[in-house]
Amino acid sequence: MLLGSPSWLGRADPGSTPDPAGPLLHVIPPLSLSLFPVSLSLGSIVFLLSRCCPPDVVVFPHCVEEVSALTKVCHQHRLPIIPFGTGTGLEGGVSAVEGGVCFSLRNMDQILDLHQEDFDVTVEPGVTRKALNAYLRDTGLWFPVDPGADASLCGMAATSASGTNAVRYGTMRENVVNLEVVLSDGTIIHTAGKGRRPRKTSAGYNLTNLFVGSEGTLGIITKTTLRLYGIPEAMVSAVCSFPSVQDAVDSTVQILQAGVPIARIEFLDDVMIDACNRFSCLSYPVTPTLFLEFHGSEQSLKEQVNTTEDITQSNRGSDFQWAQDAETRNRLWKARHDAWYAALALRPGCKAYATDVCVPLSQLPQIIVETKEDLIENRLTGPIAGHVGDGNFHCLMVVDPTDPEELHQVHLFTERLARRALAMGGTCTGEHGVGLGKRALLCEELGSMAIQVMQGLKDTLDPHNMMNPGKILQPREL
Amino acid sequence: MSGRVLVGVKRVIDYAVKIRVKPDNTGVVTDGVKHSMNPFCEIAVEEAVKLKEKKLIKEVVAVSCGPQQAQETIRTALAMGADRGIHVEVAGKDYETLGPLQVSKILAALAKKEDAQLIILGKQAIDDDCNQTGQMTAALLDWPQGTFASEVSLEGDKVKVVREIDGGLETIKINTPAVVTADLRLNTPRYATLPNIMKAKKKKIANVKPADLGVDLTSRLEVLRVDEPPQRQAGMKVETVDDLVGKLKETGRI
Repeated sequence: MLLGSPSWLGRADPGSTPDPAGPLLHVIPPLSLSLFPVSLSLGSIVFLLSRCCPPDVVVFPHCVEEVSALTKVCHQHRLPIIPFGTGTGLEGGVSAVEGGVCFSLRNMDQILDLHQEDFDVTVEPGVTRKALNAYLRDTGLWFPVDPGADASLCGMAATSASGTNAVRYGTMRENVVNLEVVLSDGTIIHTAGKGRRPRKTSAGYNLTNLFVGSEGTLGIITKTTLRLYGIPEAMVSAVCSFPSVQDAVDSTVQILQAGVPIARIEFLDDVMIDACNRFSCLSYPVTPTLFLEFHGSEQSLKEQVNTTEDITQSNRGSDFQWAQDAETRNRLWKARHDAWYAALALRPGCKAYATDVCVPLSQLPQIIVETKEDLIENRLTGPIAGHVGDGNFHCLMVVDPTDPEELHQVHLFTERLARRALAMGGTCTGEHGVGLGKRALLCEELGSMAIQVMQGLKDTLDPHNMMNPGKILQPREL
Repeated sequence: MSGRVLVGVKRVIDYAVKIRVKPDNTGVVTDGVKHSMNPFCEIAVEEAVKLKEKKLIKEVVAVSCGPQQAQETIRTALAMGADRGIHVEVAGKDYETLGPLQVSKILAALAKKEDAQLIILGKQAIDDDCNQTGQMTAALLDWPQGTFASEVSLEGDKVKVVREIDGGLETIKINTPAVVTADLRLNTPRYATLPNIMKAKKKKIANVKPADLGVDLTSRLEVLRVDEPPQRQAGMKVETVDDLVGKLKETGRI
């Protein structure tokens, strides 16, 4: 199901790959190589729906020169390469479907070249989002893209990650200024030129954004230069309940139209709120709810909160609970933060998989209503949490991993959901990427012409199809 | 009461850094290594600033002892809301041998000079883990001490301190002036925001020498040797419980 036919691959049957470790050991010391794939800690949940495929060998390079040398070896021997940051991706991006060599980049963990006045910093793949923000805390700067997990920043660039803050601060696409990438033949390039970090440019093709979201299929990202922001002077969090999904989403649209620079606007449906109430011993009304967060100066916050409160009240929104000090804010947001665990707690012993679609805002009420009907009709557990400011939402599908029929039903549900989103002018993946599971949907989304262009780029940059094979693009027709 | 709070802030190697011992075993590598304010000192500053925001005290003065770079740490305290700073210049060999006894003498002298009502310190520094400066300062001043504080409240001319102790929590009430040392759960320190960092550049930092305070920096301690903890041996995975028991017997554990 997941592999192309061996003859098309142009190499020997994957099962009979000659020992890959030998040639690699010419380039790196033995301590930097492991034959035991359990040395990776994999967090991907999509392994519910497809088998987890471990690689044959794991290498732990320390610098870009080692990455390049190892890549050359793999290139020569046609060994698949799977780059690995923190393994927190949700679409099976690190699954080695054709075996091969996993490049675990965790030893490349330097934070380089912080320029406070220019609001930029360069990091290596072993640096995670939380590590960077801890490092920056004295400077008054932060990197706000927050996908939830403590992910590798270069990995976030590779999957074009997003998060709860995207409505105000953007996604990785807007915040990566430059990348250092190792191509399939070991060549090292800098997508915006070595050491360059202008805030804007119109120089040539946008190579930086070609690699952002390429999920390791076009090259290995070994450095990323990121745009930083000032830590907000103050923050206010608020919670508001609504009698219907339509009211909650209408409020969202109006808040954005009013020009409120809202930082986070998160939607939880009644099933999700109920799960959170039970899990965290809270007592929110069990109806569609918005969790809001405002960033700014004291004065600007007052204005933002007032404008927003007017809007929510005009949409039948309830009591607007809000708080400014850290402790109360955290308590207000606890429900949203624990949503994943709350969903899992609905059915102990089960695992969860998060769907991920994104539609134009105006379509959000309809797609959520139809999706909920689908869930009820098919008796699936899928509380909904979403970044409604972007039109992006997730169903946290809680499923019994030992029940193949239920797994199958969930799989069909996610496909229906994706197609529903596509029919509304949206995308089959707002944040998580295509990985293994959404390759067919990508074809439907883009159409065959655009897919052909993508395939052309892939063929140019990776003629032997060894860069994370099996991801994003489907195997070509023979 | 003066309404003035003195907060001690120490510049230490950042908590996220992997510490390496110098090849000559005389200490740890500090050159080119990221330094920041001791996390417990951050909590101390936060508590002082909170007291000022509640209008229970009037002025927060941040103090640091060390070389030129100690000023960066004071600037961070100023960005968090301290009003002014005092940099006690200690450099070179004196700085290498600077320890809790000398610092507490400095703080005691400053407390008298500044007519402080309260001294708030971190309970310990993450580099030496001494957990002594607060206690020694109180002893030198003959002031009461509320150490390992997880809650502090001012009640008139007394301070109520809830202390984290082995058996649980102990609540004490002490007279001011007093010394309080901050424990982890006292508060969550705020981040220094850019506008506040800008404002902090305009706040004053006074320079003082230990001799001006009549403090003798001679250390009574000599570091003989610094070593890394022993390397952990690799573990071993076994397939069955019988294998496990077998291995345990083999290695003489049972």
